[in-house]
Amino acid sequence: MINLLLRRLALGVVTVWLVSVIIFAGMEVLPGDACTVVLERDAQGEVLENCRKNLGLDRPPLERYLSWAAGAARGDFGLSADGQTKISTEVALRVKNSILLAAGALSVGVPLAILLGVIAGLARDRFPDIFVSTAAILAMTIPEFVAATILVLVFSIWLGWLPAVVLTPADAPALEFWPEFIPAVIVLVMVMVAHIMRMVRSSVIEVMASEYVQMATLKGVPYWRIVFRHALPNALLPAINVVALTVAWLLGGVVVVEVVFNYPGIGRMTIDAISDRDLPIIQALVMLIAATYVLVNLVADLASMMLNPRLRTMKMRSK
Amino acid sequence: MTDAATESADTARPTALGRWMQVLRDLVRRPSGAIGVFLVTIHVIVAFISPWIVPYDFKSMDSGIILAAPTAEHWLGTDALGRDVLTRVLLGGREALWVCFLAIPLTMIWGGLAGVYLGLRGGWVDEVAMRLVDAFLSLPGILPLMVFVVVFGAGNEVLIFTLAFFFGIPVIRVARGATHDVVARDYVLAARARGHSRGSIMRRELLPNTLDVMMVEGAMRLSWMLLTFSSLSFLGFGVTPPTPDWGQMISEARVYMSLAPWGVLGPMIALSTLIIGVNLTADALAKTLGIDRTRKAVV
Repeated sequence: MINLLLRRLALGVVTVWLVSVIIFAGMEVLPGDACTVVLERDAQGEVLENCRKNLGLDRPPLERYLSWAAGAARGDFGLSADGQTKISTEVALRVKNSILLAAGALSVGVPLAILLGVIAGLARDRFPDIFVSTAAILAMTIPEFVAATILVLVFSIWLGWLPAVVLTPADAPALEFWPEFIPAVIVLVMVMVAHIMRMVRSSVIEVMASEYVQMATLKGVPYWRIVFRHALPNALLPAINVVALTVAWLLGGVVVVEVVFNYPGIGRMTIDAISDRDLPIIQALVMLIAATYVLVNLVADLASMMLNPRLRTMKMRSK
Repeated sequence: MTDAATESADTARPTALGRWMQVLRDLVRRPSGAIGVFLVTIHVIVAFISPWIVPYDFKSMDSGIILAAPTAEHWLGTDALGRDVLTRVLLGGREALWVCFLAIPLTMIWGGLAGVYLGLRGGWVDEVAMRLVDAFLSLPGILPLMVFVVVFGAGNEVLIFTLAFFFGIPVIRVARGATHDVVARDYVLAARARGHSRGSIMRRELLPNTLDVMMVEGAMRLSWMLLTFSSLSFLGFGVTPPTPDWGQMISEARVYMSLAPWGVLGPMIALSTLIIGVNLTADALAKTLGIDRTRKAVV
């Protein structure tokens, strides 16, 4: 068990390290650097040389990678391309806002998704299932910006119930985003419920068809006791991993939704940085998002191992 | 199995084309497949013939009729530059379909070949490659695409290769998994025992037997790619104006939504029906071929 944990942890560290190499190498290979961005693209000669010298861009790539990675490991990503703003303070604000949005979406979405998934799974191929599953396919396929536009059109413009965009500045305290962040939460909940619900549904169907549920039925165990005591604890385990993917997706900046509702989170910061070609900020954000993804998945894997002794021993036998 | 049975199975063995025709027939017998294939067909036909049937020039602006409501002359009204919305809706799917229909085969070929090779090869090459795949998968979805578009411009070639590259990475995993499912079967062992090379085993045993999984995967990824393409376009990283594209039209028309809601409705319905059509087709294809996509491996 300890070995397995350590192995999983080491894999996570390796992945994060590889991501840092990919990001750094990618930014090296792509044409342009921080200086050509600040000094406009046609800057040449001495001005460009001096700028590179000031920012240390004339040092060999390996040296720059090491100093960047060392800073990143301590949470210090240096200054943005204009040389004015400290990236870590700026990012911290956005992270707070993204966490707020994610927390809002998760607290509504996860219980709703599990409820709908269980209902659909138990009522397989009957009316509730067909209704919920069809709605899920629609929610998964309709682009987020289309759903958001419909929402704004109906509830903000025609009915006037909800605010259409967020006007609160990025550094405002969390409470001030209420009620402005509700439309964004609704769109996110729609998408995540569809994904988690489908997973829960197929997992419930599988467990209800299993031999031990059949056995319990034959022994005369009441239906609802089978569902809650025997089926659900096993059926909900696989949901942990989908929920983890959802958490990573939410924390990783939901670019489209943040842009549509003008929400000042990680997603909009990234797209602004890309438009401004602010390479240091892009590097920092991509690194942060990738590390979050790895961490969340790691936690989910560990959690499912803890909760499922069978999985634990099975993995040990196979490895 | 008796000799007679083997023989009849051999003579009844359908050709590859015949088998896929049968799959298509089974597919459209399912309600979801029928609706999906219908929607996709309509969209493809419209994309092909739209340059000849549109009522107006998609570039021609008329300052006299800015944001006009639908009339007999302009069935879907006009946009903020006085351009005919119907014309632009009819033309607005061409870029998306063109780019994604070219990028998906590329995606599946490179991801599929890499995955099948790694699944067969195993060992340290597989281990290293899979760590790289993990690293790429942890990169946030649409962002690398935007970086590429900003650096290399939003030309169709850039979009095709960028989309094919990033969409191919998760395909490696799927193809590798599918290979692991068949690589221990008797016919692969037999081919190995006969001393076939890796290339020959891949070509003759593995690729044909992972084809079903890859077809379903490709259809599913096509719908995600269309979604990604339109999101890029919506965010301003896709098609260059004035070429019409639904994502971009929605983003432009959103600004005037309270004055002219018809500007967003046309492209929204067109885009949604296309993606839903592809998705329903993929779903029905998965059921027809008996492949369950929702049940992913735990851990």
